[in-house]
Amino acid sequence: MASEPSSQKTLGGLVDDAAAELLVRENIAWMLDLAERLLRDRGLAEDVVQESLISALRGLGDFKGESALKTWLHRITTNTAISKLRKLKRVAEESIDDYLPVFDQNDCRLELPWTQLVSLQELLETEEIREHVAKGISTLPDSYRIILQLRDIEGYSTAETAELLELSTDNVKVRLHRARSALKKLLEPALRGEMQI
Amino acid sequence: MIMRRIKGFMLKRMHGMITCREFEDFVLSYLDDTLPPNQRKRFEWHMKICRECRDYLAAYQRTIELGQSILAADDKPLPDDVPEDLVQAILDARGR
Repeated sequence: MASEPSSQKTLGGLVDDAAAELLVRENIAWMLDLAERLLRDRGLAEDVVQESLISALRGLGDFKGESALKTWLHRITTNTAISKLRKLKRVAEESIDDYLPVFDQNDCRLELPWTQLVSLQELLETEEIREHVAKGISTLPDSYRIILQLRDIEGYSTAETAELLELSTDNVKVRLHRARSALKKLLEPALRGEMQI
Repeated sequence: MIMRRIKGFMLKRMHGMITCREFEDFVLSYLDDTLPPNQRKRFEWHMKICRECRDYLAAYQRTIELGQSILAADDKPLPDDVPEDLVQAILDARGR
């Protein structure tokens, strides 16, 4: 969220048509990409971006410039996408217990022995593995996936994620850990170098 | 099986030690570097003697790195062309 688009120069006053168009054109592609990552649906992503940009253009006078314009737009898009997920009831509770670590009666971890853990570099070299990871993340229920995406991929802090999702920070931490653990389980064939390519 | 039972027995009774289940509860705070020093020490002691938890943590960390590397927003090239109908719909709706 680093570079500032030239349309920010118009902030602080009314935005004319040309400046509004510039703001839309400079930001629409990454906002669509973000919304699609969060919603996993291109049509819904377009609705969310449309709503977000209209809301941003109408509220531009209220933008204080305390954060970068892109950060502000990122937040609006994320908020709108989460509202959309809520309306669609896609953040409803679903269990991921089957993918979580297991322990014996003495509280010892039951984990298959790891004879190898494939390096990150090797894992990133293969297109099939990249697809496998993207698929693994999209396999997680939305109530867990969205936390993993906000915290680990979009770069929001635990407190910010909690605020966006209207959850306690403890709840975010528990869900993030469960989401990561479940994803580890789903990606194990690739991590162990056992995936057939 | 017997070794695991002995390990479980030891971890539950040895002073200053934590079980694998307790280790699990500390993973997130350990990686966020927010574990209090005393708990951090116990966590690291556990890792020294428990291969399963050590391997688990390494795979857990690799999972995070992999997800971040593959899905990081900045990595992906964005399309040059913007969807014109969407741009127009936004600009038209702006004045309403």
